[in-house]
Amino acid sequence: MSDEILVDIDQHIEAHVNVPGALMPLLHAIQDDVGYVPEISYSRIAKALNLSVAEVHGVVTFYHHFRTHAPGKHILQICRAESCQAMGSEALEAYVKKTLGVDYHQTTADGAITLEPVYCLGNCACSPAASIDDQVCGRVDVERVNEIIAEARGA
Amino acid sequence: MAITIYVPRDSSALSLGANRVAANIQAEADKSGVEIHLIRNGSRGLFWLETMVEVRTSKGRVAYGPVMPKDVASLFDADFINGGAHPLHLGLTDEMAWLKKQERLTFARVGITDPVSVEDYVAHDGFKGLKNALTKSGAEIVKEVTDSGLRGRGGAAFPTGIKWNTVLNAPADQKYIVCNADEGDSGTYSDRMIMEGDPLVLVEGMTIAGLAVGATQGYIYLRSEYPDALVTLNEAIANAYQAGYLGEDICGSGQCFHLEVRRAAGAYVCGEETSLLESLEGKRGVVRFKPPLPAIEGLFGKPTVVNNVISLATVPIVLDKGGKFYQDFGMGRSRGTLPIQLAGNIKQCGLVEKAFGVTLRELLYDFGGGSASGKPIRAVQVGGPLGAYLPESQFDTPLDYEKFSEIWAVLGHGGIVAFDDTVDMAKMARYAFEFCAIESCGKCTPCRIGSTRGVEVMDKIIAKQDHAKNITLVRDLSDTMLNGSLCALGGMTPYPVLSAINHFPEDFGLKKGQVA
Ligand SMILES: Cc1cc2nc3c(=O)[nH]c(=O)nc-3n(C[C@H](O)[C@H](O)[C@H](O)COP(=O)(O)O)c2cc1C
Ligand code: SF4
Ligand code: FES
Repeated sequence: MSDEILVDIDQHIEAHVNVPGALMPLLHAIQDDVGYVPEISYSRIAKALNLSVAEVHGVVTFYHHFRTHAPGKHILQICRAESCQAMGSEALEAYVKKTLGVDYHQTTADGAITLEPVYCLGNCACSPAASIDDQVCGRVDVERVNEIIAEARGA
Repeated sequence: MAITIYVPRDSSALSLGANRVAANIQAEADKSGVEIHLIRNGSRGLFWLETMVEVRTSKGRVAYGPVMPKDVASLFDADFINGGAHPLHLGLTDEMAWLKKQERLTFARVGITDPVSVEDYVAHDGFKGLKNALTKSGAEIVKEVTDSGLRGRGGAAFPTGIKWNTVLNAPADQKYIVCNADEGDSGTYSDRMIMEGDPLVLVEGMTIAGLAVGATQGYIYLRSEYPDALVTLNEAIANAYQAGYLGEDICGSGQCFHLEVRRAAGAYVCGEETSLLESLEGKRGVVRFKPPLPAIEGLFGKPTVVNNVISLATVPIVLDKGGKFYQDFGMGRSRGTLPIQLAGNIKQCGLVEKAFGVTLRELLYDFGGGSASGKPIRAVQVGGPLGAYLPESQFDTPLDYEKFSEIWAVLGHGGIVAFDDTVDMAKMARYAFEFCAIESCGKCTPCRIGSTRGVEVMDKIIAKQDHAKNITLVRDLSDTMLNGSLCALGGMTPYPVLSAINHFPEDFGLKKGQVA
C-alpha cells in the first residue's frame, strides 16, 4: 500500500467526518478513487467515525458493491435477473465465462477485466443487459459482448 | 433559426448508442452548416424504437427510430431536420398510437422536456403543485393526497396520505423525507425513467412532502446500478437550488427544504424501508423490527416519510389538479394510474402509464405486440422477483391491487416480465430461492437458511430425485418462509416458487393439472 493512497483516504475521511450517516458516502468516495476499499483504511475510518473496526468491516462486506481487493482495469457486469434470463442471459453468461476463462468475481489473467454478476440494471426493456464500468449496454449478443471485451482489452 | 433536435439521455437509450447518435448529429450539422439546438431529453418509453430522435417542426415533433449511429448521415440527406421522409420516419410523436392510448399523469413530461431545465419544467406546468401547496397548511396538503387515493407504488400499496398523516402528527424537532430509489426489482425501470427524464417532478414531490409533514431534509436513496440517474438528479437538484425551489427560502415563502442524493451499494434488501434507513445511517442493511414504524421513529430515530419515487413524483399533479382529479382514474380501491413496465420477452418493451383496470392481455399484446421471439408467451412474472408467475389463463386479470391478491399475485412496482414457451419454470423457481439466498439480510432463519435449502431441494427436483418427497419439502419450506419471515424478501419468495409449481406442474415432473 503506497503512502499516497493513505493520504487520499485520509482526505476522504476528513471530508466526510461531519456528514450525517457518513460511512456509506465515505466508502463510495474511497472506492471511486482507489477502486476498492483497502482493509488498511478500516481502522482509520473507525477512529474518525467513532466505530469499531469490526463495524466498518461488517458494513464493507455486507454490500455487494464494495470490493475489498483491487479489481481488473475494467469491470464487466452481466445481468442475471429474470427479464434478462427471459432473453437469453444464461447463454450469454456461459459464453463470457468461457471466453474470459474466469468465473464471477474473478479477474482475467491479463488483469483487463473483472467479471461480476448484477441483478438488474434497469435496462430490462433492452434485455439481455450488461455493463462495462459505468456504461450500460442493451440487447447484448455474442457479437456485442466480443466488441465490449475487445475494447476493454484495448484492441 | 436553430432547429431543435431531441436525443434521449435515458440510460436504456444510451445502452443502444444514443450518445453516438447525438455526437453524429452534431457533427453532421456542423459539417452542413445547419444550426441545431440539441436537447438531451428523457425517453418516451418506446424502447424498441430507441434511439428515437425527434425534430421540432411547425406541425409538431416528428420522430425517427430506431436510429443507429450509422443512420445519421442518411437522415440529413433525407432532410429530416424538416421532417423529411426516411425509412425510419415515424410521423408526429403525439400521433403515435402507443402513446395516445396511455394516460400519462406521472409521466406527463418525460421525454418531452429537457430533464434538468427548470425553465422548461415550469413551461410544462412544473411547480404548480408546489405553488398550491405553499398556500395550504400541512394538514390540507395531507388531505389532498389522502383524497387522491394514491397508494404507495413501491410494492406494499399503503395509502400515502395516511402515512404522511402519521408523520405530520408525530411531534419532533427534526423530520425527514426519504425517497426510496433502490428499484431493485427485475423488470422495473419507471423510477429510473423519472429520475433521468423528469427529475424535477421528484424534487417537487419531495418538497411538497416536506411542507406537508414539517420535514426540512430529504434524501434520495439511489441504487448504485444507476450512475446516469445520479448525474441527472444532481444536475436537477443544483438547478432547483439555483432557481430558489430548494433551500432556505422556497419561492420566497420562508419555508425550507434541503435535498441530497445518497448512493446505495447493491443490496436488494435495502429497498425494504427499514433496511434502507439502516443503510442511510451508515450501517449494514439489516431489516428492523416494526414497530416502531419509520413514520414515528425512522431515520436517526426521527419521524420519517419513506416513499417510492413514483409515489412522490405523483404528488405534484395531485396538488396541481386536486385529489379528485387523480382519484377519478382507476378501478375499485386502486385509484389513479400505474406506470407499467413491459420487459423480458416482449416485442415492444416500454413504459405504459394507464389507469388501473387495464388487463395483462391488453398490455402484453396490444401494447407489447406479443413475444419478441415470436413464440407463445407462456408465463409472466408481475411485481418483481417476489411476484407470482401467471399462466395464460390469468391474462385477463385487470391490473388492480385487490384483483391480483384474489389470484395470489401482486402488482408490486408494476413490472411485467414475459417468458416464451422455452422457459423452464423449475429453473425459475430455483432462481427465486437463489436470489433470496444471495440477498437475504440474515436476520431470520426461515429466509437465511430456508432459501439455501430451497436451492438444494430444487436441484434435486430438477435432477428428478425423490420427486414427490422433494415437492412436499419445497411446499413445507415455502410455508415456513411465508409465515416466519420478518420482511417480504423471505416472506414472498414462496410466491414465484409456489405459483410456478401450481400453474406449471409439468415442469416439475408432475402431470398437467396435478397439484402435488
Ligand atoms: C425486500 C424488499 C425490497 C424492496 N424494494 C423496494 C424498492 O426497491 N423500492 C421501493 O420503493 N420499495 C421497495 N420495497 C418496499 C418498501 O419497504 C416500502 O414499502 C416502500 O418504499 C414504501 O414506499 P411507498 O409507500 O411509496 O410504496 C421493498 C420491500 C422489500 C421487503
Ligand atoms: S426475511 Fe430475509 S431479508 Fe427479510 S428480515 Fe428476514 S432474513 Fe432479512
Ligand atoms: S433484469 Fe436485466 S436489466 Fe433488469
